[in-house]
Amino acid sequence: MTTGFELDGNAMAGDLREIFAVDLTEAVATCAGCGRPSAVAALLVWGPAPGLVARCPGCEDVVLRLVRAPGRAWLDVRGAVSLRIALPEESVAEGPA
Amino acid sequence: MSIISPGFGGRRRSSAPDLPPGQYLTHDFPVLSAGPTPRIPLERWSFTITDETGARTSWSWDELNALPQEDFTVDIHCVTKWSKLGTTWRGVSLDTLFENVESTADFTMVHSYGGYTTNVPLEDLLDGKAWIAHTFDGEPLHPEHGGPARLVVPALYFWKSAKWVNGIEMLQQDEPGFWEEAGYHMYGDPWREQRYQGD
Repeated sequence: MTTGFELDGNAMAGDLREIFAVDLTEAVATCAGCGRPSAVAALLVWGPAPGLVARCPGCEDVVLRLVRAPGRAWLDVRGAVSLRIALPEESVAEGPA
Repeated sequence: MSIISPGFGGRRRSSAPDLPPGQYLTHDFPVLSAGPTPRIPLERWSFTITDETGARTSWSWDELNALPQEDFTVDIHCVTKWSKLGTTWRGVSLDTLFENVESTADFTMVHSYGGYTTNVPLEDLLDGKAWIAHTFDGEPLHPEHGGPARLVVPALYFWKSAKWVNGIEMLQQDEPGFWEEAGYHMYGDPWREQRYQGD
């Protein structure tokens, strides 16, 4: 049995709503293959069909995949170690205590 | 072949009875790629079947071409909704390649140069249902269409027919490949319109 968690995913709602409302092409994706950070806008993209495949300009590993179907979409981010997303200064969240 | 592919987003419909639901007929051969086109020198090309114990059976380009060759004519159906009827190919049946492979696994992962993968149940590769094809329409298969060699498994949507194929890995359990991880259907039967997860 999983123990030790205190909240469910609803506790992330505010932060996620804020993050996913921004223009993600300005975010910096760090490639899981080679560790190179690149603006999403600078990734090399193949597509649009069967889906969009965004690759690292350094090593050409897949960083993001986006598949659209009627009424739904899949965003696969396993090729990115992280996405660094710029937020307005006034929205600084409280860090770990 | 036209330079500008009309294959995407088309709303044309055909009344041809041979088309699965939602498909339209094209006479072009649209090119869809998820990455750069690998260029593989034939002297370095190889194809390997790896069984569930890790045992490998490999063929060089010359060895593949020394096996019995088959000419086959099949209809192909892309998940992006184009279909192409009566395409003619030449290659080696997977029945020939699996002749001396001992395995109890029911699933496979197909691997390609460039890192592409796609999962196909073993039974859909055998009994005359799939080939490693190196010739299309009487000509060596062009790199943008998967040359030197691609898998052709026409009963499934064409993303399962991996371009630049270089191996098949036997698996005890079904696992998703490149597009299956990102929303596409694990099996991909065009006659049941299995395009996306949940279809």
